[in-house]
Amino acid sequence: MELSGGEIVIQSLKDEGVEYVFGYPGGCVLHIYDAIFRQEDVKHVLVRHEQGATHAADGYARASGKPGVVLVTSGPGATNAVTGIATAYMDSIPMVVITGQVPKAVIGSDAFQEVDTIGITRPCVKHNFLVKNVGDIAETMKKAFYLATSGRPGPVIVDIPKDITDPNIKVPYEYPAEISMRSYTPPVSGDIGQIIEAVKLIKEAKRPVIYSGGGVVLGEGSAELRELCRALNFPVTQTLMGLGAFPGTDPQFIGMLGMHGTYEANMAMHNSDLIIAIGARFDDRVTGKVDEFCPHAKIIHIDVDPASIAKIIEVDVAIVGQVKPILLDMLAQIKHLDETFDRARIADWWLQIDQWRATDCMAYDTTTGTIKPQYVIEQLYKVTGGEAYLTSDVGQHQMFAAQFYPFDEPRRWINSGGLGTMGFGLPAAMGVKFAHPDADVACVTGEGSIQMCLQELSTMLQYDTPVKVINLNNGYLGMVRQWQEFSYDSRYSHSYLEALPDFKKLAEAYGHVGMTIKKKEDVEPALREAFAMKNRTVFLDFLTDTKENVYPMIAAGKAHHDMMMGPSSKYKRNEP
Amino acid sequence: MSRQHIISMLLENESGALSRVAGLFSARAYNIESLTVAATIDPSLSRLTVVTVGSDKVIEQIKKQLDKLVDVVKLIDLSESFSLERELVLLKVKKSDATEQKISDLGADSMACITDETDGFLIIEVSGEKTWLDDFLLTLGDDIVEVVRSGVIGLSRGERTLTL
Ligand SMILES: Cc1ncc(C[n+]2csc(CCOP(=O)(O)OP(=O)(O)O)c2C)c(N)n1
Ligand SMILES: [Mg+2]
Repeated sequence: MELSGGEIVIQSLKDEGVEYVFGYPGGCVLHIYDAIFRQEDVKHVLVRHEQGATHAADGYARASGKPGVVLVTSGPGATNAVTGIATAYMDSIPMVVITGQVPKAVIGSDAFQEVDTIGITRPCVKHNFLVKNVGDIAETMKKAFYLATSGRPGPVIVDIPKDITDPNIKVPYEYPAEISMRSYTPPVSGDIGQIIEAVKLIKEAKRPVIYSGGGVVLGEGSAELRELCRALNFPVTQTLMGLGAFPGTDPQFIGMLGMHGTYEANMAMHNSDLIIAIGARFDDRVTGKVDEFCPHAKIIHIDVDPASIAKIIEVDVAIVGQVKPILLDMLAQIKHLDETFDRARIADWWLQIDQWRATDCMAYDTTTGTIKPQYVIEQLYKVTGGEAYLTSDVGQHQMFAAQFYPFDEPRRWINSGGLGTMGFGLPAAMGVKFAHPDADVACVTGEGSIQMCLQELSTMLQYDTPVKVINLNNGYLGMVRQWQEFSYDSRYSHSYLEALPDFKKLAEAYGHVGMTIKKKEDVEPALREAFAMKNRTVFLDFLTDTKENVYPMIAAGKAHHDMMMGPSSKYKRNEP
Repeated sequence: MSRQHIISMLLENESGALSRVAGLFSARAYNIESLTVAATIDPSLSRLTVVTVGSDKVIEQIKKQLDKLVDVVKLIDLSESFSLERELVLLKVKKSDATEQKISDLGADSMACITDETDGFLIIEVSGEKTWLDDFLLTLGDDIVEVVRSGVIGLSRGERTLTL
């Protein structure tokens, strides 16, 4: 088969099994767009801003486990995509981004819409390629998908100069069935010696904690994680990125850990004698003060990325490889032991944890008439039966969603954890809807964040991807305001959003349904009404308490046991 | 605690490979004392040698992060084994009896030699270990008009190699 470069790009996507491309056209990708026009297998979604394309592809990838694909033009198309590429990079999301580039002959001449895409994106991609020959496109595409999806996943860029997509230059096309690269060998199973060492520590542990992260979700290790946790009866905490890998409603789950984690999870970490870190990377929002991190614990670290090991925290046993086979090998070793790991074995530890739990650390004031953001999330949970896919933006609303919507399945909770990108939620929700057209999808957002990628409401109408937007409208850049309240004597420097739009009308202007909810008693009925409209995007603007804070909180630079507790919790200062 | 390491690696001979390595050092705030790169006999590979300084923990991270770069095919820490290191220095001095005497004194047991003499200036070529060269340059001190160093390269001795 002889194809032009533009056709090869699209045919490669087809051969890779790609269903959707999120993109935006421009001069340098016109040949590729023409190739899209002349086929029907790969469907193109025309976003309204390239940042939206990357977040949508990212949301699609997180929800489906398949790589997200983006196509943008050179120059501003590529630079607009950078935020979304960095977002995917920080959370290790598989993504292939095709960027147009000016023709080879003018590269380096400051040509119209030329930027050094390879240079700009280098620090925020797993790898990037500038393709120089039409004959190299197919193999480069194959490499891009291979790199994006294997090992520790991440975004890969394929930068394609316009001239090599010329419809008049055709070359024989063959998509490689397999690819190997001498410079890249992702690890597979873990070292059995290390696994045996880990099991020795597990056998001796008196105050163990399983600390599970996003790597378990990405590595499809949720079932194995559950099996391990149940075999051991150890308390389980999860990172913001790991939520859902182990069921959030299971009593063995002691809540999220870290800056806004539960009292019991953070205290358990601090007092533990064995941490089993699985697919987690000891992020600073998780560890708090590194010098005082888990001072009494031995640490086992399972990760697919050798560079994650001992990057932040020295560990006692490191196991590098894919989470799934490692957990299976570990389970086999544990079954080998003639030991019962029932709850009674660590009864004192569970007793202690239950006492910490009794502080009810996330309690909030349920007596006031104002709409508390936590209340909205609780009602959202109720109305969706805990079954929805939730995307979120970044801020207080993100933390409330993570705290008050327990996820029982992986890939249901979709947020920008590493980069913390406001604007992520709405396009990501659209991407999720492409992956799961029949599922309930909600975007939990704030009036600040939603305005950063609002334009995608238009795309959502065009492609009929009904999402419920849960806008926790507190009138403030709430998370910023909270830090200013705590650390800057309530000097609210530029965290108050004046002149907000009427979101109801705005949603209507985009052809969707808008609702404004001002009273607490209207929260649940409004949610029911909205979710009953299966085929409509509904924008629910909840006017919430303007000064609510996220509790508990570990202030930056503080250790796990040094938490600020909310006024409604039953925590007493003299407790352990 | 902090120690100097010579890390040598085989890189895919692709445009951009060098900037990935250099970019990694700046993005992660690692030190570069010297960096040198050139093609190998195999034209698809180049060999890059970097001298860096850090605690054991930092050096471990540097090696892992380098290894993670897709263009890095293989890597070796020459400081971990018995290895031979060399750096080439070209330096220019004003010709005088005193400098010539100094050089022949210093150069007696080294590889220093006067390679060029033009318009009353000498270019001296000298190679050796980095620390030895540092001392050598110190002794010449103010006599030096201009100096250029190649950066360190090295090979491990004996059977250990960095080859595919
Ligand atoms: C693109 C971007 N800019 C700035 C920030 C810093 N930031 C973090 S949370 C936040 C406030 C978000 O406000 P809003 O969306 O209203 O959410 P709330 O905290 O009020 O729930 C800001 C400005 C960010 N995370 N992302
Ligand atoms: Mg807000």
